[in-house]
Amino acid sequence: MIVPFGHVLILAGILFLIGIFCAVVRRNLIMIVLGVEIMLNAASIVFVGAALRWQHLEGQVFALFILAVAAAEVSVGLALIVYAYRRTGSFDPNVYNSLK
Amino acid sequence: MTVYSIIFYVLSAIILITTGIAITRRNLVHAVVYLVFSFFGSAMMFYLFGAPLLAVLEVIIYAGAIMILFLFIIMMVKVEASEERLFPIRQWLPMALMGVVYLIMGTVIVSSAPGSQVTLEIALAKPKAFGEYLFQTHWLVIEIVSLLLLVALIGALYLGRKKPADDI
Repeated sequence: MIVPFGHVLILAGILFLIGIFCAVVRRNLIMIVLGVEIMLNAASIVFVGAALRWQHLEGQVFALFILAVAAAEVSVGLALIVYAYRRTGSFDPNVYNSLK
Repeated sequence: MTVYSIIFYVLSAIILITTGIAITRRNLVHAVVYLVFSFFGSAMMFYLFGAPLLAVLEVIIYAGAIMILFLFIIMMVKVEASEERLFPIRQWLPMALMGVVYLIMGTVIVSSAPGSQVTLEIALAKPKAFGEYLFQTHWLVIEIVSLLLLVALIGALYLGRKKPADDI
């Protein structure tokens, strides 16, 4: 007996909100990508908890795929950040206004 | 209140506190190291939920690979940390209000939903059984994910070339 399933949902919800907060409020591209990582981690916690709740392996399989997608996303995202830094010399998204 | 529930609450407190510290750091290296702590907590929670293979993969891939990639990027380019004024109130106040509203709504919904009172039972998915299930029922998705990783590799190599073309 661990805990009710709702507590897992509430924990993951708070973690997801922290990730959204980080992605929305911070003015640094690296911190924005970190916020996305926190959100993906919260989603995988829910999947593993659901796998235990229904005693089925499907949730763990999806947590594994979330891991792979997070790795792909962060590699391309960081390459984009380095590319933007080389062109503009800044991490601040407010500086990227060359279309103005 | 069994020992497992105590472990769960301690782990969730550690995860939330370290993540909260991480997103408020001005120094990016400190933020990444605090997030490594948070992901270790998530890995232990996966172990508690009966997924030892996923716990190991979480430590290897999330804490070991992804966060080290972040550290490489932070150390490769010089980040002017003092320039960013931390959390202008015009920016975080609406987000905090919406977040509190969502949190209250979510707590009410979760506590009143019929299925959420079910207590989780201790179980263990052996890595062998997990791997057999994965490769017997989801082999096509494995191929698609490997293709996705290949595309990500090529894309990162293309974006990280020596000289970016001037006219895009």
